[in-house]
Amino acid sequence: MAGYPRSIRRAMSLPAVVGVTALALTACSGGGDDAGGDSGGGSEFSVLSVNENTTVSAVLEALAADQCATQNEAMPLAVENLPQAQLGQQLQLLAGQDALPMMFGADNPTLTKELAEAGQVLDLEGTGAADNFEPAAVATIENLYDGLWVLPTEFNIEGIWYNEQVFADNGVEVPATWDDLVAAAETLSAAGVQPFSASGEQGWPLTRLISGYLYRDLGPEALQAVVDGDAKLTDPEYVAGAQAVADLGAEGWFGQGVGSIDYDTALNTFLTGDAAMLYMGSWALSNFANPEQNQIGEDNIGFMPFPDVEGGSGSADQYPANVGLPFAVSAKATSDDAQAWLDCIAENYGTQALTEANQITGFTVNEEVEVGELTATVQEAIAATEQSVLWLEAPFSPQFQTVSTTNAAPLVTGGVTPEDFMSQLQAAIDAA
Amino acid sequence: MNDVLGDKKAIAVLIGPALLIYSLVMLLPIVWSLGYTFFDGNAISGFTFIGTDNLARLFTDENVRQALGFTLKYAVVVTIGQVALGYGLSLLYVFVLKNRSGLVRTLVFFPVVVPTVAVALLFQKMFEIAPQNGLVNSLIELTGGQAVDWFGGANTSFLVLVLLDLWRSMGFYAVLLFTGLLDIPEEVLEAARIDGATGATMVARIVLPLSLPVLLSSLIFSINGTLKVFDSIVALTNGGPGDATTPLTLYMYNTAFRFGDYGFGSAIALLLTLICLLVTVFIFRSTRRDLSES
Repeated sequence: MAGYPRSIRRAMSLPAVVGVTALALTACSGGGDDAGGDSGGGSEFSVLSVNENTTVSAVLEALAADQCATQNEAMPLAVENLPQAQLGQQLQLLAGQDALPMMFGADNPTLTKELAEAGQVLDLEGTGAADNFEPAAVATIENLYDGLWVLPTEFNIEGIWYNEQVFADNGVEVPATWDDLVAAAETLSAAGVQPFSASGEQGWPLTRLISGYLYRDLGPEALQAVVDGDAKLTDPEYVAGAQAVADLGAEGWFGQGVGSIDYDTALNTFLTGDAAMLYMGSWALSNFANPEQNQIGEDNIGFMPFPDVEGGSGSADQYPANVGLPFAVSAKATSDDAQAWLDCIAENYGTQALTEANQITGFTVNEEVEVGELTATVQEAIAATEQSVLWLEAPFSPQFQTVSTTNAAPLVTGGVTPEDFMSQLQAAIDAA
Repeated sequence: MNDVLGDKKAIAVLIGPALLIYSLVMLLPIVWSLGYTFFDGNAISGFTFIGTDNLARLFTDENVRQALGFTLKYAVVVTIGQVALGYGLSLLYVFVLKNRSGLVRTLVFFPVVVPTVAVALLFQKMFEIAPQNGLVNSLIELTGGQAVDWFGGANTSFLVLVLLDLWRSMGFYAVLLFTGLLDIPEEVLEAARIDGATGATMVARIVLPLSLPVLLSSLIFSINGTLKVFDSIVALTNGGPGDATTPLTLYMYNTAFRFGDYGFGSAIALLLTLICLLVTVFIFRSTRRDLSES
């Protein structure tokens, strides 16, 4: 540089400074590799799950230590958890950066379908893993996701769990109709027992009651009619569903401060005998089987389907079925190591989850497993189910899900009228 | 030195790196975000140009109206509360506690350094009704009242939010205004005292006019902070019950990142920016007029 005139040296120094700065910036921006950072050719089998579900990480870690030890050695398992409410936005963010982890919770079918359309999700149709899926689970997944886009790490039916002792003490029969349910709640409440335990903070345990009512009243196609545009949620027969649930809340049957009750508290209220009934999916069997958590005893818990609505066209044997929090696989998980992990999970997850966590999954159980009475009851109900239904938010957008779950507690505490609740939901459908 | 600073290329070399970083980190995202307002879609599904549809939607969207109403109500109440409490405390430091105000100042300032999420959790527990009563409901029941579901109603949630933000930030405004009051020359105060001014007269005639510039700076600080409130609300009520405590910032965040609608989210951000700008300009303008009048 000594030979160049001063002005040229100055002129050359500008791009040099810019270059160095750009390099420094690049250096600063590197290294931000997290669980979702190194999919595809990465060295870890990264899994993004949620705090509320402890079973998936426990089962995967048990597999990594035993049946899938070889796969784990080649590609170590790395599970990251986050609050379920943040899962959707985290996935959108990671997908936008093309940085989805190998396996991730896919609780929202609309988002999962969007990711699948964008080519970010592995199609499990025809893969070795799919050979280990139960046909009923495959049907439910295809119904929900329009394709085989997720692993059925759960297969649930939903209904009302009740405390048999409390029912017997108060002379309450298992309700067969909605009116019976209301009468039972009235009796229990008069006896000083909180009839229902529900998490208003989560919202969905309350909105499930609305969809349950609608399916029993209007038949299993109730929500499909809304999706197809043949009906609106603001129609009087749909508002009646919200009204029925709001009425339960108006009586104070969900307990005080229902909007602040989180999932664990709702579960514990039932399992410590402070509430008589709990609407929940069969994924809670693992909680019921845990003697530390379940103080009323597993034998003391009964299961009933969502009751009929008199004069309605649905029936109690149409259980709401779902695959709970299933897991999608990144389209980049194509390396031999990742595929070996998937095959190992598909082969062993069903047995491991049932043995360790009392969890019924959509994977085939490849070994004989002895299960408790309650689990056997649920297995029988699943086997006898000919037609299943979905939950309120399932066919709709993430916006619908947010509006629905955040307004559920105000609906039962009187902050929002049933008409307003349904018109907000319909507005979310119209906006999509 | 004059030789170097008189040379445009030298200036470019000196300013260039900082300007480049500023442009990349600040200007580019702002312009980028502005660009999003003309598109529909998100990072997963791709973007489609839709012109000014998102901007037009700002005027028709019911949720925007609700969120805007809440934001303005919250900003006005909390700003007045923050600055008034801060000013009251600063007067207490300077004129009552005088040289002994150190400990009180530290204690009142303490919540400022505690993370917002921790403060929110503290308030959540204090105002809890289920599974067990928090401190506030226990006190209410102890005095014969009936426990209140604070987070179950729109007005009670708003009240707890306001209390939280006032408790959390009054120490900051107290210190800010305290330094302003210290700048008032002792001779002026002494002269006023000799002329017979005491208490309220002293504050109204001497202290308030002389501390007006720092008071107005606090107002601008406060109103801009409260218009953009986010963390304390997310941690305390998450916008609930329903959307009763959802400010524009939270609605923007939900729209962009939860509903995957980056374009409309950016349009809400633009609305918020314009409001902040308008409020700041308005306060600046009124300040100038007040000062010239006095």
